[in-house]
Amino acid sequence: MMNDVVKIRPPLDEKTVRSLKAGQRVLITGTIYTARDAAHKRMMELIKKNEPLPFDLKGQIIYYVGPTPAKPGQVVGSAGPTTSSRMDSYMETLYKLGLKGTIGKGNRSQEVIDLVRKYKAVHFSNIGGAGALIAKTIRKCEMIAFEDLGTEAIHRMEVENFSAIVAYDSEGNDLYKEAIKQYGR
Amino acid sequence: MRTINARTITETIKGLCIAANYELNEDLISALEDALTREESPVGRDVLSQILENARIARKGVYPACQDTGATVVFAELGNELEVVGGDFEQSVQKGVSEGYKSGYLRASIVKDPLKRVNTGDNTPCVIHSEIVPGDRLKLTVMAKGGGCENQSHIAMLTPAVGRQGVVDFVVGVVKGGAAKACPPNIIGVGLGGTFDMCALLAKKSLLRPIGSPNGDAGMQELERELLDKINNLGIGPQGLGGRITALAVHIEKHPCHIASLPVAVNIECHSHRVKTATI
Repeated sequence: MMNDVVKIRPPLDEKTVRSLKAGQRVLITGTIYTARDAAHKRMMELIKKNEPLPFDLKGQIIYYVGPTPAKPGQVVGSAGPTTSSRMDSYMETLYKLGLKGTIGKGNRSQEVIDLVRKYKAVHFSNIGGAGALIAKTIRKCEMIAFEDLGTEAIHRMEVENFSAIVAYDSEGNDLYKEAIKQYGR
Repeated sequence: MRTINARTITETIKGLCIAANYELNEDLISALEDALTREESPVGRDVLSQILENARIARKGVYPACQDTGATVVFAELGNELEVVGGDFEQSVQKGVSEGYKSGYLRASIVKDPLKRVNTGDNTPCVIHSEIVPGDRLKLTVMAKGGGCENQSHIAMLTPAVGRQGVVDFVVGVVKGGAAKACPPNIIGVGLGGTFDMCALLAKKSLLRPIGSPNGDAGMQELERELLDKINNLGIGPQGLGGRITALAVHIEKHPCHIASLPVAVNIECHSHRVKTATI
């Protein structure tokens, strides 16, 4: 499981998404977008009103993160993942608009696992509580929408060798369930 | 009567907020290092190594250990021979949190109204638990409590009929249902007894103990051991990615309770356990 590291660059095409398997480690280089609870709510309001979103979702990856403030001269503060499952109810709407990947911590509902398979998407997990380590792989961070939300605003990040693990793949495989089965007594 | 200036309280709280978020305590580091030697899963060991590396980076004071710098919970033990001068006690604490979070580049994670959800911008107000104790000292403890693990915490008003087994089933059930989302390896704080309100507070207070330090009561110690075994047999592991170490410790605090009740609260703490104490 650990030796199988794949390098990927968003936007993700279907071929790349289909090649990713639960348990595989990936290193992401390129552009990803941040959004968590409040930004998702805002995006849903825009979609409802048929207004454009702050960025085109097609093939993109959303990282569930609300960083600490950057110090002078810093790109970003501590920037580890928040709990993915709080965004579960928004997923079908976003997948329909072409979103291909999400990054967060913790397991998600069976509904999301089914949606990942249905829309040929992928969900990655990275290490919650390792925000200082993760920040070192973020090269640029620019606020692009919902400034009033502070840490919850949408940011465009340029990352380099950003480490994550495939948790749910396009075939419906579930790393959490399999891993827990392996070590449960 | 000894006097203490409100500004001293503000400065102390400010320093504790910053220290808690950048410098993880030695007992936590030791518990994580120990977990690394016992973890069987290669993914779990990799996660633990990265968590330890993260702590080393944070200690340099450039990046907080976690981007969720928490809801701030302050525990205060106020000596009854102590007079606060030059300001109000609670306001001086709130000011310390505000100054600490701003000057320490810590994240503002508090919304003023749970439904309107507008960020207050400086992580205030914090939650303050004050106790009057004998003496002329002020002991202040700051806990920066992550939202992800707090969300997986639960309380139950069990019936006395279910007894010890009922408590075990409830605690293990809460961990089984939520630990993967709560940044394991966790510290499991358990409140047993008291009233509804006190039970939750006991669970949180148990998290202030040095990690893995046993309850003073032999029966509680045995229950802590049994719960830790059962939890670590769930297989959830570091970050929920499978493994032997789901919890670093189970801490129980108990209190007498009503003849009709058996309250039990589980307050889950993430591996980024941030607590600092100072006595003035």
